[in-house]
Amino acid sequence: MKTAQTPLHKVQGLGASHTGTGHFWRERVTAIALMPLSLWFLYVMLGMAGTNEVTALQFLAHPWNAILMGAFVSFSLYHAGLGLQVVVDDYVHAPASRIFLLLAIRAALLACWLVSLFAIIRIAAL
Amino acid sequence: MAENPQSQQARSRPLSPHLTIYRWPVTMMTSITHRATGIALSLGAVILAWWLVSISNGPEGYDSFHAVMDTPLGLLVLFAITWSLAYHFFSGVRHLAWDLGYGFDKKVAERNSVLVFALSFASALAVFGLVYGGHAGYLR
Repeated sequence: MKTAQTPLHKVQGLGASHTGTGHFWRERVTAIALMPLSLWFLYVMLGMAGTNEVTALQFLAHPWNAILMGAFVSFSLYHAGLGLQVVVDDYVHAPASRIFLLLAIRAALLACWLVSLFAIIRIAAL
Repeated sequence: MAENPQSQQARSRPLSPHLTIYRWPVTMMTSITHRATGIALSLGAVILAWWLVSISNGPEGYDSFHAVMDTPLGLLVLFAITWSLAYHFFSGVRHLAWDLGYGFDKKVAERNSVLVFALSFASALAVFGLVYGGHAGYLR
């Protein structure tokens, strides 16, 4: 069959999006990682409901809890970035607005991630 | 010359029905709600960041978080986030099942849509029930 695809394009197998199935896979892998992490997070939030900052400080000062909270925040924000990108891709068609929005969302999520990780490390060091 | 799509003649032609015309099937509701709860949870991540910062700022910091979130509006936001997390969790499991090729049958898809809504509301209510029933705060 005749095709307009160049041999390089074919062997790369990235399709019209130029990124192949990378986005799909990362969304799924982070989703699966977030399933046990969300249940752990729910357990923590229920355990802290109605308590004061001493409970939160002591709990998050434990290395494993700090690491798990860091993992939950990281996977959540990464997954959020992938999901929000799909929303923008679906509804925003003008290239300039689309790129601006995607960069603004990434910047906001990155800022949120850095602030969260800094706070977790600061609590552990208190 | 191409016809102006905004002209009177073009507008009088029949249009394809859109969102406001179609009856909303429950499967459409679950799809839109999955996206909406995802956006809500992104905002929830910002509140989580603020909560972590407030803990790291000592007692005064934690009090400033509670001063805002321990209000009727704050609790409503927390309930919305709790429900969003539950919904996105159950709906996400459904998406993963679809990726494996399960659950596409029309009757099954409709039943699972109702199931996801029911489970998410039941879970969110259960979480708040545990808190107000005095079964939370066990990490103290």
